[in-house]
Amino acid sequence: MPTLFGTPVRRKEDPRLITGHGNYTDDIRLPDLLYAAILRSPYAHARIRSIDVGKARALPGVVAVFTGADIAGKVAPIPTGWIVPEADQKLPPHPALAQEKVRYVGDGVAMVVAESRAVAEDALEQIEADYEPLTPVVDAEQAIAPSAPLVHEDVPNNVVLHWQAGSDVATAQQAFASAEVAVHRRFKNQRLVPNAMEPRASVAQYNPGSGELTLWTTSQNPHIVRLLLSGVIGVPEQKLRVVAPDVGGGFGSKIPFYPEEALVSFAAMQLGRPVKWTETRSENFLATTHGRDQIQDVVLYGTKDGKIVGVEANILANMGAYLSTAAPGVPTILFGLILPGAYAIPHVRIDVKGVLTNTTPIEAYRGAGRPEATFIIERLVDEYAHEIDMDPVEVRRKNFIPADAFPYNTSTGLTYDSGNYELTLRKALDAVDYTQLRQRQEKLRKQGHLIGIGTCSYVEICGLGPSKVAGAVGFQGGLWESAIVRVHPSGKVNVYVGVSPHGQGEETTFAQIVADTVGVPIEDVSIVHGDTAAIPMGWGTYGSRTTPVGGSALALAAQKVADKAKRLAAHLLEASPDDVVMQDGLFQVKGVPQAQATFQQVALAAYTAWDLPEGEEPGLEASSFYDPPNFVYPFGTHLCVVEIDRETGNVHILRYVAVDDCGRVINPMIVEGQVHGGIVQGIGQALWEGAVYDDQGQLLSGSMMDYALPKASFFPRFEVYRTETPAPFNPLGVKGIGETGTIASTPTVVNAVLDALRPLGIEDLEMPLTPQRIWQALQQHGGDRS
Amino acid sequence: MIPAAFDYYRAKSIQEAFFAKQQAGADAKWIAGGHSLLPMMKLRLATPPALIDINEIDGLSGIRLQADGLVIGALTHHAEIAHSEEVVRTWPLLAQAAGLIGDRQVRNRGTIGGNLAHADPASDLPAVALALEATLVAEGPSGRREIPASEFFVGPMTTALSDDELLTQVRFPVPSGKVGSFYCKYPHPASGYAVVGVAAVAQLGPDGKFQAVRVGVTGVGMWAYRAETTEKELVGKLPTQENIASAAQHAVDETDVSQDLFASEQYRTHLAALYTVKALQAAVQAIQ
Repeated sequence: MPTLFGTPVRRKEDPRLITGHGNYTDDIRLPDLLYAAILRSPYAHARIRSIDVGKARALPGVVAVFTGADIAGKVAPIPTGWIVPEADQKLPPHPALAQEKVRYVGDGVAMVVAESRAVAEDALEQIEADYEPLTPVVDAEQAIAPSAPLVHEDVPNNVVLHWQAGSDVATAQQAFASAEVAVHRRFKNQRLVPNAMEPRASVAQYNPGSGELTLWTTSQNPHIVRLLLSGVIGVPEQKLRVVAPDVGGGFGSKIPFYPEEALVSFAAMQLGRPVKWTETRSENFLATTHGRDQIQDVVLYGTKDGKIVGVEANILANMGAYLSTAAPGVPTILFGLILPGAYAIPHVRIDVKGVLTNTTPIEAYRGAGRPEATFIIERLVDEYAHEIDMDPVEVRRKNFIPADAFPYNTSTGLTYDSGNYELTLRKALDAVDYTQLRQRQEKLRKQGHLIGIGTCSYVEICGLGPSKVAGAVGFQGGLWESAIVRVHPSGKVNVYVGVSPHGQGEETTFAQIVADTVGVPIEDVSIVHGDTAAIPMGWGTYGSRTTPVGGSALALAAQKVADKAKRLAAHLLEASPDDVVMQDGLFQVKGVPQAQATFQQVALAAYTAWDLPEGEEPGLEASSFYDPPNFVYPFGTHLCVVEIDRETGNVHILRYVAVDDCGRVINPMIVEGQVHGGIVQGIGQALWEGAVYDDQGQLLSGSMMDYALPKASFFPRFEVYRTETPAPFNPLGVKGIGETGTIASTPTVVNAVLDALRPLGIEDLEMPLTPQRIWQALQQHGGDRS
Repeated sequence: MIPAAFDYYRAKSIQEAFFAKQQAGADAKWIAGGHSLLPMMKLRLATPPALIDINEIDGLSGIRLQADGLVIGALTHHAEIAHSEEVVRTWPLLAQAAGLIGDRQVRNRGTIGGNLAHADPASDLPAVALALEATLVAEGPSGRREIPASEFFVGPMTTALSDDELLTQVRFPVPSGKVGSFYCKYPHPASGYAVVGVAAVAQLGPDGKFQAVRVGVTGVGMWAYRAETTEKELVGKLPTQENIASAAQHAVDETDVSQDLFASEQYRTHLAALYTVKALQAAVQAIQ
């Protein structure tokens, strides 16, 4: 059989997903099912005077109404899963339904459970909640002002964490002070709404006889949900089953453990009937976590001839009204440590204040911290290049960590595993014939065209991660993975994994790995994930860890199975295992062509166990736990050419080139799909997307009518290339690719737009670079006429 | 996501529709494609006590080119208008505008009558109906009347139709002489609705000067309107870039310019003038 590793095998999950045969949480139908709906606060900040649920309870079809008072003492507060060390991190309580105070528009106030969803929604309108509005804080900068109202009374100045990192302070300060050039900027990395295609949903079923509870839920990490749910509702873990069935995207917004997961579980236990809650898109905008939202005061220090000496970043990270499960790690560990990017920067200082505001809680969002960091360094490099009158590409080249320097220890304490950064840059430049492109740009500029070229060379930290490091940085769990490869008597294979793919295609790539290793056709391999009753423990899918960590666990388990199968085959064929080879699905004895056994024969022999080698156990399965020794560090260079319409301010993307290196590639088609999706999402931030609150904390961009997610028609064809530098620290040699696109494309496009506008004297613009924003800048700089 | 409870009637004839409406009361709503009404109901922004489904009434759908005009039944879907040879031949801008509404699904379900009667401030077809001086035919229990487009759009999401009237037909006069037309739209990147939509019709006389100019504008104010100052400014003038640009400066004279997250009053005003120029230039160019 030809090797599948490296080939564009079509996605095994697609036939069911694209023909409507997927099984999402909302598709779960159970006998006697009840439907829940949540009353949400219309105020960003208010004291609850009273809630009268009498009329709602009286509505025919309503089974129960719960308020914060009803669950107090029965449903524990929603915990935070990341406690950043040495950051004075506070842990403000997050009740599943508001107690006394509401803290953002969308904060849950009451839950109705009814015989139908329609009745549940009708009942919401019958609840009389009386609020005493309080002054809200929306903006992180205003929130830390001495006179600002407090989101949580026990978090002074609304500063929920304060984290500092980098190289030695005194040495760094000295280096900064003596630098020839200092480029100061203030960036706003705006708040985004993840908008997974499938909104959230949860269904809980409780068996009062056995005390067992099953929760189907839209999660990226069902085992984390089980662990936290157990603590919150007091059902012991062995009686809890959490299932993430088909999940329609998450992008980080389905990492957290959410109040609704606890509430439907509680209601199912109270009522003895299964309860379902499905989010509407409007609720998704308000009550599912948002991403990004940082105010970044940053400085790049360098020499006049293009050598970067240091970077300094003072960050205000808006955390929203409560600390979501993984949120504290995002603007700290996942952000700060990667700030030097692809460059050998001796001095880096990072100061991050996590700030509470009366807004929807922030969480990881595709890239989680790394896009925010990469934006800083890649925008600063461009500004620095301009300042010293050097081509930005030249500055990048001059400062890259050289290919022979790996493994490389950064000034922030990371060890980059492998890389050849310059090669990706060269490849991107060659793809567009950079020198000629710059000449053409000059010519077109003279004709009045606003043409811009932007590049970004990035490094990503992913494949989270060694558990030892997880512990050291305060992640309240491990970051290893496990897998079971189980061959059935007929020779067919099920693989049980702890990671939880929800769109990334691992049902295919994992099957490729197993088929290759065990020697069976890919059709004979099915991947099982998401059901804690079936799969081994795992920490889930995020941080581009599924393949580097979960795939490695799987590869090791598959190898154990392959080894055992070979021993069994040798026994059947009365040969030494050393003389047995596996070829085209057949075990053969070297030099004895007639001595053959099929994989199926071997599998059956393993289970009948009539004649096993001495000391061999029956069955054919293996499990493996894999804890990676390091993170993985994919990298690459993106390049983009834009033209700006002077009349409208519209940005037209003329070309987009991506050169990414994610180590060895299992399935190039799936990798390209991830790259495409990532680019689109990242450009969404650059040009269109942005969550906008008014000063009362009302989300103005609260629907698909206002919040502009990019559409396919907004883009040209992407020119996607790869280099391949294997990851040295995992058995597959793979790195992550799920987030690189969002990390690289945002600064690439912003750099390109500003390159187009620079001749007019425009030096910076806040994202999103909407037509209006660009048009206004053009007007102010006389650029609206050619 | 679930509308408040409502009654539902399916009418097989206009008489049945009127009867149902009489029974259901003034707040009941006609429903055709439902692509504007249903989302509002699901968000509970609209809570009509009853819907009267008119989709199965015979004779309300279809496109006919007659000597006196292009007649389009109120239930005709946008997709059919966009692809109709008669429409493309007679008023290409109408086919063009219909093809720019929403997405494929919306165009396959949404109807011209529903679109015009809903009178969304950023909807495409009202601008076209105004520029083409369409006649909207309404039928009610007390008979049938014809309403000129210029008198049809009277306020935000408000038309000249009375509660018990049903829009049954839209008539577009057939062009005569040297006439060209064009619809220029700046779609909102999120909603696809017109941030600015300009429908322009230009007629040149034997002297090469504008004999008639009609400009319908949508998306700019709270309801669609004719940019009459711009039109008047141009009649009798040569279709030069300068003349057009100067007249287009008056594109918002007849409205209060709206603003939202995407476009401020200033930016929208700028776009309105810009798209008026684009639409007029293209209309002149389209003259055979």
